[in-house]
Amino acid sequence: MIVIFKYRKACQQEAGRELFCIGSHKELLNLTQQDYMNRIEELNQSLKDAWASDQKVKALKIVIQVSKLVYERILSMCMDNRNSLPDHFTPESVNDTAKETCLNWFFKIASIRELISRFYVEAAILKCNKFLSKTGISECLPRLTSTIQGIGDPLVAVYARAYLCRVGMEVAPHLKDSLNKNFFDFLLTFKQIHGDTVQNQLIVQCVEIPLYLTLYSPAIDWILQCIAYHAPEVLLTEMMERCKKLGNNALLLNSVMSAFRAEFIATRSMDFIGMIKECDESGFPKHLLFHSLGLNLALADPPESDRLQILNEAWKVITKLKNPQDYINCAEVWVEYTCRHFTKREVNTVLADVIKHMTPDRAFEDAYPQLQSIIQKVITYFHDFSVLFSVEKFLPFLDMFQKESVRVEVCKCIMEAFIKHQQESTKDPVILNALLQVCKTMHDSVNALTLEDEKRMLAALINGFIKMVSFGRDFEQQLSFYVEARSMFCNLEPVLVQLIHSVNQLAMETRKVMKGNHSRKTAAFVRACVAFCFITIPSLTSIFARLNLYLHSGQVALANQCLSQADAFFRAAVSLVPEVPKMINIDGKMRPSEAFLLEFLCNFFSTLLIVPDHPEQGVLFLVRGLLNVIQDYTWEDNSDDKVRIYTNVLHLLSAMSQENYIYHVDKVDSNDSLYGGDPKFLSEINKLCETVIAQILDHLKTLGKDETLKRQSQLSLYFFNSILAHGDLQNNKLNQLTVNLWNLAQKHGFADTKTMVKTLEYIKRRSRQPEMSHFAELALRLPLQSRT
Amino acid sequence: MGTALDIKIKRANKVYHCGEVLSGVVVITSKDAVQHQGISLTMEGTVNLQLSAKSVGVFEAFYNSVKPMQVISSIVEMVKPGKLPSGKTEIPFEFPLQVKGNKILYETYHGVFVNIQYTLRCDMRRSLLAKDLTKTCEFIVNSPPQKAKLTSSPVDFTITPETLQNVKERASLPKFLIRGHLNSANCIITQPLTGELVVENSEAAVKSIELQLVRVETCGCAEGYARDATEIQNIQIADGDVCRGLPIPIYMVFPRLFTCPTLETTNFKVEFEVNIVVLLHDDHLITENFPLKLCRM
Repeated sequence: MIVIFKYRKACQQEAGRELFCIGSHKELLNLTQQDYMNRIEELNQSLKDAWASDQKVKALKIVIQVSKLVYERILSMCMDNRNSLPDHFTPESVNDTAKETCLNWFFKIASIRELISRFYVEAAILKCNKFLSKTGISECLPRLTSTIQGIGDPLVAVYARAYLCRVGMEVAPHLKDSLNKNFFDFLLTFKQIHGDTVQNQLIVQCVEIPLYLTLYSPAIDWILQCIAYHAPEVLLTEMMERCKKLGNNALLLNSVMSAFRAEFIATRSMDFIGMIKECDESGFPKHLLFHSLGLNLALADPPESDRLQILNEAWKVITKLKNPQDYINCAEVWVEYTCRHFTKREVNTVLADVIKHMTPDRAFEDAYPQLQSIIQKVITYFHDFSVLFSVEKFLPFLDMFQKESVRVEVCKCIMEAFIKHQQESTKDPVILNALLQVCKTMHDSVNALTLEDEKRMLAALINGFIKMVSFGRDFEQQLSFYVEARSMFCNLEPVLVQLIHSVNQLAMETRKVMKGNHSRKTAAFVRACVAFCFITIPSLTSIFARLNLYLHSGQVALANQCLSQADAFFRAAVSLVPEVPKMINIDGKMRPSEAFLLEFLCNFFSTLLIVPDHPEQGVLFLVRGLLNVIQDYTWEDNSDDKVRIYTNVLHLLSAMSQENYIYHVDKVDSNDSLYGGDPKFLSEINKLCETVIAQILDHLKTLGKDETLKRQSQLSLYFFNSILAHGDLQNNKLNQLTVNLWNLAQKHGFADTKTMVKTLEYIKRRSRQPEMSHFAELALRLPLQSRT
Repeated sequence: MGTALDIKIKRANKVYHCGEVLSGVVVITSKDAVQHQGISLTMEGTVNLQLSAKSVGVFEAFYNSVKPMQVISSIVEMVKPGKLPSGKTEIPFEFPLQVKGNKILYETYHGVFVNIQYTLRCDMRRSLLAKDLTKTCEFIVNSPPQKAKLTSSPVDFTITPETLQNVKERASLPKFLIRGHLNSANCIITQPLTGELVVENSEAAVKSIELQLVRVETCGCAEGYARDATEIQNIQIADGDVCRGLPIPIYMVFPRLFTCPTLETTNFKVEFEVNIVVLLHDDHLITENFPLKLCRM
């Protein structure tokens, strides 16, 4: 654009003149006059600034902005009684004042001395013709088109044409003739480019011809695009023929390729290749021509029979390009065509060629975006990863990404594609090896500065991969894969969690295959799985992940008859509970952890029911241990979670004292069969119950203050319900306790009458069942407190 | 601000013809009531002639400026002395544009040595303490359309070194051939001047091609007459070394007020010409002159 700038000098004066025009019509301005003046003043200032800082094009833009304001102002003058004109108004509906103002503008502009300034301002203000006559625009466009003939510099002229086409398309898109005329006129002046004047100018400015020619492309592209928009095939063919006739038409050829429909180009690909070959070497850069052709072929398909020949012809030229940037720009475009129509063999050849060109002098360092785009295209077309990785040069190609950030991006793309397109799980060693490397690259990019989101994303990708790996019945192999993965991805916690789950699943799979009866070999294998989990869990930092995984892995161990291992998991879980912090970070926010702990403990209790006692430890060793931990844990002062947990412990103890437990693990003897209802065992349970109840009652007592009475009421009802459901109410002591709790709940008037009534009804209903007559007696002892 | 006086002419473009009625309102805005000694409105049309120093000499130009000629004049008393209420007062007026005797309403024209101007002047006379208020406002008179049919007179031209006059060293001139035509030398003032020009060949690069619109004003008086040509406007039609053999449009809009139909009276004349100026890169300046006849249809 260097050349074009100096012609814009006159614009500033021009804008100045326009400003003057507005000022001279003060009497015509309505209320918004001040607004206009301010805006114009602003524009004037920025115009001067732009000029001072050598941004001539910006100055021109401001002139064009001013012309828009003029249009708006005249339009606003046409408003009578606050009704604005419809979109398609006719000149008759425009009032005289507006017309006069508009006419004045045209007279002022017509007297601008400089051709280029006058042209641009006239073109910018073309739309205002609508105010004066219906035919104004259709008369003006051809006139302006021929005015451009007076512009001597072909580059300046072609941009003037492009601008006129742009304005024409905006103001009167149906007037196609001037578009065509603009292009044909340009063709007529085409020889000027090689004339003495231009050539001398280039020598003075030290611009080389190929570079100079590329300056034309945007303008010609634009003009041709305007012409080609909804144009019939015949017109396009005619345009092409006209371009063909001119010598050194590479510039035009390129614009034709970028402006016309891709289908049109694609069906004539061989013709184009022929024309490109005939072009003069010294003129427009050839690689740009192939680049444009490649872009078209990426969008539309050439005839089947020509495809291979096109590739051969094109690549023959591309491979000879010496400048790595030119080369890679072309290659990037053509890779898509190759992937679209050919097999891995051709793609391999192309990739090999790219490697060959980009390796010397580490040229790839300047071409990462293009190389990345090549990989993306290849991945898009090769969904089958076993085929993809059998493309020999694919991995060497990846090696060119030596800058880590780019490398990780590429790896991410590959993994995304894999997760999206891989349908079945795989054990293909080629895929595994390659993808493990890819994942390792991603994993190794994680450091202290990596964002949480980024980590989460990488972990999700790696997890997706791990889930897709399956060695079928070869469980040993599967486990060793997990072991390898663990050593590779130790920095990403979600991956470790996934691995633990996967290994647990593997153990359960084994159990399923053996139908629950492990052989010596499978037992050893399952123990190996359990051991894997046991040593992996401590390396996690999230405490709830650890707790849940201990519990989960313990359950798996139990299911696989690894009693001592299960015991170890549960003991680890118990000893971890005191470490649970008060607040934990969830999605970046600190939240109290008690609700989570409560949930976990309840879950834990239901598992503990079936865990048999360790022969060397005392009765109910784990339950006692857990109770101690709960006792020592510092609970929130104003919460009743501790009591809720104790109540749940009572449920557990109640379940434990049954003759037959409500559920079992296959092939594991729980305490019911171990002790066989031994009175000593039962009395141990009773002792525990008494201790726990005492704790609960203590707590209820502390709630006797005014502000906590409501909690006391709720909690005692909660406890009451628990006893109702789980307790033996034929026991007199317990019976009395329930009555006391009932009364306590109602004592201070905080009980919800509806709930109380319903509870009472429930008791009465129960009493009608066989062997439940004591409920009837109980119901009699429970008075309902009336509200009034 | 105290009292403001304004004249609003009914037609937005302020253009009137002989025989029509010029109408409008005088608007007086004031916060308080205005005491005045009468408001009058004057309509006046004058031709001002000025002699240029170049043609008659400095002293004559200074002393002998020709008396303005009055074409039309009329005065009305709009309001008798009294008081105007506060706020906005609008007083309508009408003037029939009729001339007395054999006088003609010439078309408005702003030139250098000849000026034809029509004004409305509103005067509000006030007591000694307050200043008199005056507001003037120009309106435009267009002469009636010409009755005779316009004959188009196309002009073809060819410019080569041989066709030039006033050349000192014809041999040193670079070779060139410029052909073209004006669609007509008789122009309707509301339509643009059109034509085409082709640079067939030129040894030297072309720098610029311009259209120069020139007025030729002639003033006759007792001592003789003076004839002066001055530029009205200059429009560039080609910039830089244009493509050989391609037609470049000649297109020029006649500016309002600064042009009028070609005028010839006993005392003065206003005529127009256009010059095609070709500037070559070695700073050779080639000018070709074409007299024009403007008229209104």
